[in-house]
Order: sequence, then structure tokens, then C-alpha cells
Amino acid sequence: MSTHTSSQDGQRPLAVQLSGIGKRFPGVIANHDVALTVREGTIHAIVGENGAGKSTLMKTLYGMQQPDTGTITVNGEMQHFRSPSDAIAAGIGMVHQHFMLADNLTVLENIILGSEPNRRGVLDLKSAREQITSIMASVGADLDLDIPVSELGVGERQRVEIVKVLFRGARILILDEPTAVLVPEEVDELFATLHRLVEDGATVIFISHKLDEVLKVSDDITVMRQGTTVAETRPDAIDRSGLAELMVGSELPSPAGRSTPVGTAIRLDIAKLTVEGKEGRPAVEDVSLRIHSGEILGIAGVEGNGQFELCTALLGITESTGNVTVDGRDVTDESTRARYEAGLAYIPFDRHREGLMLTAPLWENALLGREDDVDFQRGPFVNAATARQSTTEIIQRFGVLTPSETTPAFALSGGNQQKLVVGRALVTSPSVLIAAHPTRGIDVGAQAAVWDEIRSARDNGMAVLLVSADLEELLGLSDTIAVMFDGRITATLNPDDITAAELGSYMTGAVQEATK
Amino acid sequence: MTTDAAPTGGPLAKILTPSRASGLRTSATTLASSLLAVLIALTISAALLALTGKNPIDAYSTIIQTGASANKLLEMMRRATPLIFSAVAVAVGFKMNIFNIGVQGQYLFAALIAAEAGSHLGLPLPIHIAVIMIVAVVAGAAWASIAAYLKVSKNVHEVISTIMLNYVALSVIQWLFENFFRDDRDGGLNVKTTLLPDSARMPDIVDGRLNGMFIVALIVVAIFWLVVYKSTFGFKLRASGFNATAASTAGISARKMTVIALLISGGVSGFVALQSVMGEAFAYGPNATPTEFGFAGIAVALLGRNHPIGIVVSALLFGFLDSTSAELQLALVPNSIVKVIQAIIVLTVVIVNEATIRRMNIRTAERARAELAAGGAS
Ligand SMILES: Nc1ncnc2c1ncn2[C@@H]1O[C@H](COP(=O)(O)OP(=O)(O)OP(=O)(O)O)[C@@H](O)[C@H]1O
Ligand SMILES: [Mg+2]
Repeated sequence: MSTHTSSQDGQRPLAVQLSGIGKRFPGVIANHDVALTVREGTIHAIVGENGAGKSTLMKTLYGMQQPDTGTITVNGEMQHFRSPSDAIAAGIGMVHQHFMLADNLTVLENIILGSEPNRRGVLDLKSAREQITSIMASVGADLDLDIPVSELGVGERQRVEIVKVLFRGARILILDEPTAVLVPEEVDELFATLHRLVEDGATVIFISHKLDEVLKVSDDITVMRQGTTVAETRPDAIDRSGLAELMVGSELPSPAGRSTPVGTAIRLDIAKLTVEGKEGRPAVEDVSLRIHSGEILGIAGVEGNGQFELCTALLGITESTGNVTVDGRDVTDESTRARYEAGLAYIPFDRHREGLMLTAPLWENALLGREDDVDFQRGPFVNAATARQSTTEIIQRFGVLTPSETTPAFALSGGNQQKLVVGRALVTSPSVLIAAHPTRGIDVGAQAAVWDEIRSARDNGMAVLLVSADLEELLGLSDTIAVMFDGRITATLNPDDITAAELGSYMTGAVQEATK
Repeated sequence: MTTDAAPTGGPLAKILTPSRASGLRTSATTLASSLLAVLIALTISAALLALTGKNPIDAYSTIIQTGASANKLLEMMRRATPLIFSAVAVAVGFKMNIFNIGVQGQYLFAALIAAEAGSHLGLPLPIHIAVIMIVAVVAGAAWASIAAYLKVSKNVHEVISTIMLNYVALSVIQWLFENFFRDDRDGGLNVKTTLLPDSARMPDIVDGRLNGMFIVALIVVAIFWLVVYKSTFGFKLRASGFNATAASTAGISARKMTVIALLISGGVSGFVALQSVMGEAFAYGPNATPTEFGFAGIAVALLGRNHPIGIVVSALLFGFLDSTSAELQLALVPNSIVKVIQAIIVLTVVIVNEATIRRMNIRTAERARAELAAGGAS
């Protein structure tokens, strides 16, 4: 453990001090003996494996749940938060990994929702607008307050969340995996915003699995392992692999290169696919792509440029025109279920919305989509025994951290939910995998394991359509990269020929070119 | 979407799909909260009685005394029978967040068609009864199919369509009845369809007190349990209720499930009035066929938390309360107090359920704290 108590900085008052925090859930010790000190005016990163207890700790600090043991001290004062509103009153705000904005309300309405300013009981929009404008100016955010949130991209939505938290008077900001959904350019903008906040004396605590950015922007780093804080360090005292070692307790596996050539059989053939969008502009326009057996085609792009519509159209969930052929079978007019049977599998963009039944046990979640498979049937009934058996296999093979296969899905940490969703898609041995952000929210160790799974399935002939905001993942896995911008494929690139920076400029539409 | 690990769903979804966090403890708590709701309702009703100048103790002792006799217990079962069917019909929909408010229209339509069809047939006893049941199920499903059609092709919310269809059903039934099915051969004193022949009459289990429909109700509940909780189809149904987007992403067609759920719901509705049609009035008649079981079924399903056993117990409770109304009147207590108690039970169920979920979370935390203090943290 390397701790700094340098004189000038060490003198800063503590914004947050957690000591001896413990929190149990049935069958799980989510937090125990946690000690965390966050200096005022700093960016403090929290890293750790999936299920290490990071989100649990932050929810405790934000008053969403009460700790079983330990104390919370904010700005030198001991606190007993009974609800988030207590925490907000103490100047703490939290931006959740899954945004909580109302799509059909405007940006302004979303920001004031829950803390509506009023003058003698009358909604005072004018002063709210002034206040928000000045907050936005101070953090360098440029948002149109009068458009509905549904028109915003992910990065902008996140900024709305941040402004909302600031509008409620937060001086200590908690961000749970804020960069998981952002492309590098947006990440830079986010950190610029956070730096300004910190310069103004605010304090930022953020959770991330992306160690490079943690090392780049944070002042202090706390490492959590198995429910407790195990180390405190600073970016200048450690490097990426050292940090990973602290997190997982062992060295990172190095990714294996490609050993088999791309096959010749066309597994997925997309011809002139078009999806209608809002206001007459197509969400996906005239996309034609071919993926061969053993090939990984990466789709690069800022979220909201048609990737979601493309994937859901391939699955027959979103209506589209054009043709889709899977393994030589034209599935254009087929149902979603028939497309899965033809060999598709899907790792969804949003595991909560599209992937999981949160209150149902894991084995029912793992069964979802496979319930028509005769292996999981006994006549007209569900064969619970084989379904549970199969779930146990997924749990072991993908390292899902859970007390048992009957645990409800909501009790798993975000990364472990993701592992289950990934496992469910891969155990069907699909011929085409549509993978959207397959390692979103997964820690570095488990990420390598998921990549290995995808690679070995690929070596066995699986074709992959990979959508990812993680450029390292895209460049490392893909055989070909197609850039998607404004619903169209604007470039097709060879990952060996380009750098992450170049790819970034393609994604924002700064460079457009047919092929390279 | 809220946070990393919070269950989704609106407040209504929370009530309808009890948290399954820790199996047994949850069912025990669910039971306790339903009991608590009943107790609270009785207390509030006692206060209401006292306010109106009646002695609540007298009223309640009348209720309890009447229940003590074997005959009253039979009456309780008799009255529970249509409630069980109605509640199962509602619960099938609730399981996938479909709100079939139209059970009333569906079962009355089914009763008319089944009674009329049954009177024209000449079949041996068990077959005749079975055919009438099938006709009733098909007719109930047919009426519900209108709402299903409106939902999937015109995107009309089923709450709106089924409520409206209740009114439509009443008019259609009246028109059919008055123009085609009315049989005045007994001089028009008792306005009904043609009386069913003996072969179409449901045998009594206990002479003149309880007929075989009670057994049929228990069988339907058992089938409901098997289908919803154990079958592959039921898995799809519940998956659509848990998370409709995830279910359709997994290839479970929301349209198909909606249609099937509404049809099953309507089909089960078909049974509701058969106790009267085949066992008591032996015909359909505007004055003979009870009309109040549609909404009562919603209340019973809510109190029973859509669970098979819960539904049976709740229906028996409601049946019991209903069975006391005659005695209450004799004791000069307004028998509408029974309806008041039932209404308050349903309201408190909804409120108490929320409160227990919260209490349970606090208790879990306390238990954990105790364990931690005892040195469990390692
Ligand atoms: N509501 C809950 N009920 C039961 N167990 C829970 C609950 N919330 C979290 N846990 C458990 O507590 C542990 C810590 O979870 P937490 O969400 O804090 O992990 P995390 O560090 O945020 O992981 P990730 O990086 O995957 O998001 C996990 O084992 C998880 O299964
Ligand atoms: Mg987390």
C-alpha cells in the first residue's frame, strides 16, 4: 500500500471520510471494514473487480441504503443519511450509470424535476433558467434547454445529469462508471468538465474500469477488493499493470493474437438495410455488410448514430427494409425467434432494459430466449433441473459472482449481470453473434476472459458484429472496422492500419471516406 | 431506469409482482401483509360502524356467529366459486401486466350464449355439461378477443377497451336476449332463456347448498398454477410481465402473448356465471344471473396477490363476508358494511404491501448488523 501524506496537498480538508463501513445482503458481504478518505477539491477514482463493492459503497454514501456498521463523515460532520434527500442536503449528488431522465420532457424540465424552484408556491422558471445557464457556463456545458431529452446523445444526456446534480447544490459528485458509454472524445469533454468543477472547489468521486483514464485524470485512487478497500495510491506512484495487480491480485493475462484465417463462407449478409427514423430521417440508411465465418466486423461510432437500430433490425425487433441472410437462409420476413433459431445471438446494448428480468432468479434469466429449446422442456413444462444446471455452467465458465443460481438478477453487481448476459448468448454456440458493448462494465480481468471466449468461438467459425465504444476492444478484436455516422457506413477500415486517434476522427464525422 | 441494481417497474408492477428476493420469507411476509390488511380493514370498518351509531362488536359477533355453522361454511364456498373464476381470469392478465377489467362483460356474454346453446342440445349428462362449459369458454374468449384485436392492431389500451366493452356487452346481451333468446313459455313471470334439460344441470355436492362448480373452480386454479408457474408458455407469459422489452428482445412476441393472455383470461371468465346457469337458475336471465363478479374478481386477485392459493383463500374470505349479509340485516346492521369492508381490504392491501416491503428491507439490514457485530465479517 502506498500512501501519500505530502505536506501541501495533504493539508486539504477532507470532503468525505468513510470508516469501518460494512454492508451485507443475503448471502453476500458487499462491504466490510471500508476506509475511504476523499480530499476536498480532488478527483478521486475508485477501482476494483466486478462485485468488489464499489456501487454498494457509493449508494451508501448517497443515502440510498444504510450501512450496517461504520460512520460517514462529510466535511467534518458525522452524518446518518436515511435517504438520498438527506445526502443531497449535505451537498452530495450522484449520477448513476443508467440515466434517470424523462425522455419526453425538455432539458430544462428534467433538470428542475424534483427540486422545482418556486416563489410563493408558483413555479419560477425564469430564475431556474438563469441559475442553470450560469451553472452550464461554469462547467463549460452547452445545452439547448428547450429541446426534449430524447433528441440528445448519450454524452449530452450525461451532461444534463451532471447539471441536474449541480442545480440541486451538490459540491461532492459521485459518478458510477460515467465513461462506460462514452467514446473517447466525449470522455475528454467529460473530464474537462470535471476538472473545472474541481478547480471551483467541488469534489468528484468516480468509479471506472478503464485504468488508463483513471491514471490520466484522478488525483487519488482507492482500490477495492472483495468488499473492502485494499490500497490507496496516486497516478504518479503506479502504472496500469500495477493497478490491475492491486485490483485482481494477479497479473493481467496478455491477449492472444489471431491464429486462424478468416473463412470464406458468408455467415451474415446485410443488403441495403434501411430503418425509418424520427422526422423522416432514416436511423439506418442503405447499410450493406457481409461477415464471413471466423470474422469479427467492428462497428465504430458515437452512440446514437444508428448502431442500436441496425442491431435490432437484424434481429427483427425494429422494422426495416432491405434483406438479411443468416448462414444462407433469408430471414428478412422471419420473426425474432426464427432469426435466433437461424443462428443469431445477441448481447444487448442495455442489459437492464433489453436483457434481464431483474426480479427473477438467475436461472430464469439464463433461460430467457432458450425456453423453446427441447433441452429445457419436459413436455409442455419448463425443465427447471436442466435450466438450472445450464445456468450453473454459465456462472462457472464466465465467473459470475453470485451466491447461487436462484439469486435474483438485481442482487448482482453490474459487471456480473453483464457476464451472465454474455454467457447466455455464447453458450448457444451461435453462428453469428451480434455483440453490443460486450464488456461494458466488466473489470479488466474478466474483460480479457470474455474476449478470449469471443475469440475462441470465432476460431470455431462464429461471425461477430461487434459494436463498441471501447476503441481498444474494437481495434484489438476486429478484422475489419466499419465506421457508422448518421445512420450510414461512412468508412471501412483495416484495424492494423489506423490508430485510435484516427479512428476517433472518423467517428465524429470529421473525416469521411469510402474505403481505406 | 434507476440504478445499477434496483428492480424496475412502476408502483403498480411492484404490487402485482411481489419481490422474489428470498423465496420463503417473501411468501410469509406476503401472507402476513395480506392478513394485516384484513385486520386494518376490520378496524376501519368498526370505526365507521361506530360513527354511524351501530355497535361494531355486535356486528362482528353476528358475522362470526353466522360463520360457525356448517351450512354457512357451505354458503361461503358457494359464494366463493364465481369469485375464484373471476380472480383467476384477472390474474392471468396481471401476470403479464395486462389489466382485463372486462371480465364482467365476458362472463355475461358467455353465460347467455352457453345457456342458450345448452338448452338446444340433447346429450348425456356429463357430456352435456362439458359442452356447455366449452361453449362458455369459447364465448368468453371470443368477447375478450375484441379487446385483444384492438390492443394489437389499433394499440388501444386494454383498460379502456375492456371497460367500454363491458357496456357494449350489456347492450348486445340485452338485444340478443330480447330478440332471440327470451323464452316466455312460463307466462313471462320469470324472464329467462329456455330452461336447461336435466342432463345439463350441474349435480350438487351437498344437496341444495353447493354444486359441482366449486370442484371445477379448484381444478381451474390448479391448472392456472401449472400453466403460469410451471409451463413453458407460462414462463413466456411471466417474462413478458417481468420485462416486456427483454422478453421481446429474446424473441417472445409481445403481440402473441397479449392475444393469448387476453383469450385465456376471457375463456376463464366464461366459467364465472355457470354456477348460476347450470346449478341454480338453469337458464340465463337478466334478473337471475348475477352481474357483480367482474370487479369483485379484481379485488380477490389483488388480495390474493395473483397466487393460486392466495386467490382461493381470498375468495373464501369474500364469500364468507357476503354470506353474513342476511344475518346482519336481521341484526339491524346495514349489510352494505360487508361491501365497505371488502373495499377497504383492497385499498389497505395495496398500501400495506408497500409498507411491508420497506420494513422487510430494514429487518434484513438489522439482522445483518447483528451478525456483523457477532464477528461475522471476515
Ligand atoms: N440489492 C442487493 N441484494 C443482494 N446482493 C447485492 C445487492 N446489491 C449488491 N449486492 C452484492 O454485493 C456485492 C457488491 O456489489 P456492487 O454492485 O457494489 O459491486 P461493484 O463493485 O459495483 O461491481 P461492478 O464493477 O460489477 O459494478 C456483489 O456481490 C453483489 O452481488
Ligand atoms: Mg457497480
